[in-house]
Amino acid sequence: MRYLPHTDEEIASMLQAVGKNNLDELFSSIPEDCRYTGTLNLPEPLTEWELNDLMGALSSTMAASPEYTVFVGAGSYDHHIPESVSYLLSRSEFVTSYTPYQAEMSQGTLQAIYEYQTLAARLLGMEVANASLYDGASALAEALLMAIRITRKNAVAISSLVHPHYRRVVQTYFEPTGYQVLELPRLENGRTDLSPIHGIDNLAAVAVQSPNFLGCIEDLQVIGESAHDKGVLFVTCFTEPLAYGLLKNPGSQGADIACGEGQSLGIPQSFGGPGLGMFASKMKYVRTMPGRLVGQTKDLEGKRGFVLTLATREQHIRREKATSNICTNNSLCALAAAMYMASVGGTGMRELASLNHDKSEYLKQELQKAGFKISFNTPTFNEFVLEFPGGFDVTYQRLLEKKTVAGLSLAPFYPDLANHYLLCVTETRSKEDIDALVREVTS
Amino acid sequence: MKEIGELQLPDDVRYAEDHEWVRSEGEKTRVGISDYAQDQLGDIVYVELPQVGDTFDKGEEFGTVESVKAVAEFYMPIGGEILAVNTALEKSPELVNKSPYGDGWLIEVKPADSAELDTLMTKDVYLQTLKGIE
Amino acid sequence: MKESPGTTGLILNEPLLWEKGKKGRRGFSLPRRDVDFCPLDESLTSRALDFPDLSEVDVIRHYTRLSQWNFGVDTGMYPLGSCTMKYNPKINEKQARLQGFAGAHPLLPHALSQGALKLMFELERLLAEITGMDAVSLQPAAGAQGELTGMLLIHAFHKSKGVRRSKIIIPDTAHGTNPSSAALCGYRPVPVKSDEQGILSVETITGVMDEDTAGIMVTNPNTLGLFEENLKEIAEIVHSKGGLVYGDGANMNAIMGIVQMGQIGVDILHLNLHKTFSTPHGGGGPGSGPVCIKKHLEPFLPVPRVVQENDRYVLSEDFPDSIGRLHAFFGNFGVVVKAYSYIQSMGPDNLKKASQLAVLNANYIQEMLKGTLHLAYDRPCMHECVFSDKLQHPHKVTTLDMAKRLMDYGFHPPTVYFPLVVNGAIMVEPTETESKQDLDLFIEACKAIANEAQQAPQLLLEAPQKCKVRRMDETAAARRPCLAG
Repeated sequence: MRYLPHTDEEIASMLQAVGKNNLDELFSSIPEDCRYTGTLNLPEPLTEWELNDLMGALSSTMAASPEYTVFVGAGSYDHHIPESVSYLLSRSEFVTSYTPYQAEMSQGTLQAIYEYQTLAARLLGMEVANASLYDGASALAEALLMAIRITRKNAVAISSLVHPHYRRVVQTYFEPTGYQVLELPRLENGRTDLSPIHGIDNLAAVAVQSPNFLGCIEDLQVIGESAHDKGVLFVTCFTEPLAYGLLKNPGSQGADIACGEGQSLGIPQSFGGPGLGMFASKMKYVRTMPGRLVGQTKDLEGKRGFVLTLATREQHIRREKATSNICTNNSLCALAAAMYMASVGGTGMRELASLNHDKSEYLKQELQKAGFKISFNTPTFNEFVLEFPGGFDVTYQRLLEKKTVAGLSLAPFYPDLANHYLLCVTETRSKEDIDALVREVTS
Repeated sequence: MKEIGELQLPDDVRYAEDHEWVRSEGEKTRVGISDYAQDQLGDIVYVELPQVGDTFDKGEEFGTVESVKAVAEFYMPIGGEILAVNTALEKSPELVNKSPYGDGWLIEVKPADSAELDTLMTKDVYLQTLKGIE
Repeated sequence: MKESPGTTGLILNEPLLWEKGKKGRRGFSLPRRDVDFCPLDESLTSRALDFPDLSEVDVIRHYTRLSQWNFGVDTGMYPLGSCTMKYNPKINEKQARLQGFAGAHPLLPHALSQGALKLMFELERLLAEITGMDAVSLQPAAGAQGELTGMLLIHAFHKSKGVRRSKIIIPDTAHGTNPSSAALCGYRPVPVKSDEQGILSVETITGVMDEDTAGIMVTNPNTLGLFEENLKEIAEIVHSKGGLVYGDGANMNAIMGIVQMGQIGVDILHLNLHKTFSTPHGGGGPGSGPVCIKKHLEPFLPVPRVVQENDRYVLSEDFPDSIGRLHAFFGNFGVVVKAYSYIQSMGPDNLKKASQLAVLNANYIQEMLKGTLHLAYDRPCMHECVFSDKLQHPHKVTTLDMAKRLMDYGFHPPTVYFPLVVNGAIMVEPTETESKQDLDLFIEACKAIANEAQQAPQLLLEAPQKCKVRRMDETAAARRPCLAG
């Protein structure tokens, strides 16, 4: 087997050196009644060529572009990834290296992640960003736990327009803690109704998503002010960071902690993972932040270099008092995001974000012209909700057969929005794709 | 790491088991950590201190100290109310390394029970315990 | 001595991204604008983004140079204990990049996602078979998240019995993620010491196990590289008081096809796909930490689960007692694909062989270095062995100094200062993908360094000499953190 380099002579020679007669004897310290004596019931090994066939067959059953035209976002976005990013990301010095605990042998990873932290902080308008968490959902859970640590209060309020899966993850994390999670309702215009927070005591934080799950841009400035008036921390989250190439970022609107999903930044959708948990906060809270942090410093010759720092927050030192249990995070995904942001650039991000918005607006306008009702009267970025008439599922199925996915039904998530669909248009959809969709749903 | 003979062990303070020192200055009593403790910790990067007005019993944890790779707790050598904390340590935690008995002091306490001070070790007794550790 | 791999290389300097670039450069092919401009209200939009503008050439050179400052498994031996830095097969990378997988949206109708669902369903079965457990969740995004999932499962199990227990037993050799995961779940860790043999004793556990203890977290083999010989009996004690046994499977690489954790009393086990199952570490992730469980815990597994309906696969959330979700979607599918490919490529005999050779390699190193470095526990080890710097104390040379000097010889240092129970620990895990030749070079390098410690300790104290940077000032980095440019 090509991954096992030992020849029979080498094995014999090494066995002799350790004083054993055969490989089984190496396990003599394992009690008899713990040994597995069978043969694992696993498939026989495949050659590289057979493996390609097997995986190719599985992959071909999946609905992906260019074969399929998918108008769905809802936490996972189809964006163009420059070939240069994919190419750089395959460099094995990045891929096959370990966590950069030994700084002298990992300056590549360390500088790259320092750059990622910087660009992430600038994108979100925050003072400091960490080296990544797993995904937007766990990042939100960690943000709320951090807010509880900072304020020493024991309740949090989350908008019901935060991604339903994110809210479920928060509930899962909070279940054994005894902390309370309260949901904030929806206004008619598709934004969050913050008014209930005035009746809640012991609130550590308020969390909203913008653009929210319905695609609507929340008024973060006003929400932030209300939260701070009440002495509560303001946590914002997002599923589409590209929005901040165009929209006012959370930091400029008072966010204490900003977190969310970074998959849009040069990371393939990959059936939902791996993604990128982005996490940023005000500098004054950095010592209670979860996740790794890379800092700039000098070596003993005065040369600039980078190193993991503030490690006393983490599990390997603080153990049960750590700010989180996280160890392995999503470093390579953070690297991809940095490469993407570096390639797209400041000017490019703005143009790309505009294109996303404008294409989405074009679909909106064409559907309105065709007589459909846009559900919420609030500006959106690249996703919006539309009401289709009853029986639309027949059209939806017909479109699937034509390899078009016409949005995501909101019925499983919001029962009172059963006929409403969430549609997403990114820069990957052409005017022809959009016109074709409008034609199909109108006919 | 310093040898025992190299350690600074002034006579004008009393020492606790967990390597804190106490210097009585009338109503006000100052607390810090010994030269042995700071030497063991290595370069100190951060000190977390309580608020003025907090009260703790003898033996209770009142703060933490961090080096690059470790965290240690401070324990009250005597019980009492916190009258002052050394705010200079926020910007310059290295003062604890450089001047553990002087500018690197941690807190000032109003002792709850003045008799507790007498239960602490003199320099000679503390020195003996250090020799036992080594 | 033969020539060691360590040498200086053609290593170029490279500034930070925002120190290069020029406004107006572009490294991205902007898609054609085929719709009208439709500006948003100014009150919603920001000013320009403060990012550098770089050309494609800038970006390619930048990251190419940065990569050359890194050491990876593809560069050389990476003997980090408890990390299992084995070779990452390139064919597995290719499968994860297949457009059907890489370009798949997670919320598509099931009929359009059959390949991925089938892969997940099958991998769950393969991992259950390898571990001797009944069911698996691929959702946790890393080992630590797997541990949290395990703790949540234990919590849910006790809750379903109307009981709330407050403690969990954790050995002093445990990885830091164990107590921190337990704490996230509201459990107070009860630390227990390993005995003089380096393993847990039945008496110690009997002494602490009671009806307020939710269970025990045990790593097997443990972080000293030793098999927990008393685990079966310990499991019985824990079970007899209504507790559960959580297995940290980080060290699975020692026992595939040799021990099935499910058969020795473990109720929940997490695996690290980025360790045992060859998926790459990526400089710190992404990993994947599936949990494998026994039947009595199945109702509590995270949702959604892949189930078979006739001849199709669907995702179901119809598990009312589930602990909920750990991940926005299904976990790190892109990592899971690689582990699946690995298992399909190895087959049962090679997986067992991998464990046997991993253990052979570690024992070989232990035997060859035990005079040179102090061996913490002079007993046959499993896939890793632990030394300390005790023999080098007289020369005032520490584990850290030896680790730094190894870099000059062209090796990534082993894990240092862990586990905490050994002062100045040096934990070496070669894995099965290192050849005898490479092991011999490593052994020679260690011997040369031990010799230098005696004859010329300055070389170690000033190490590394050949790296681009030397001994970072971590104190300054922590005192005055500079975390963004």
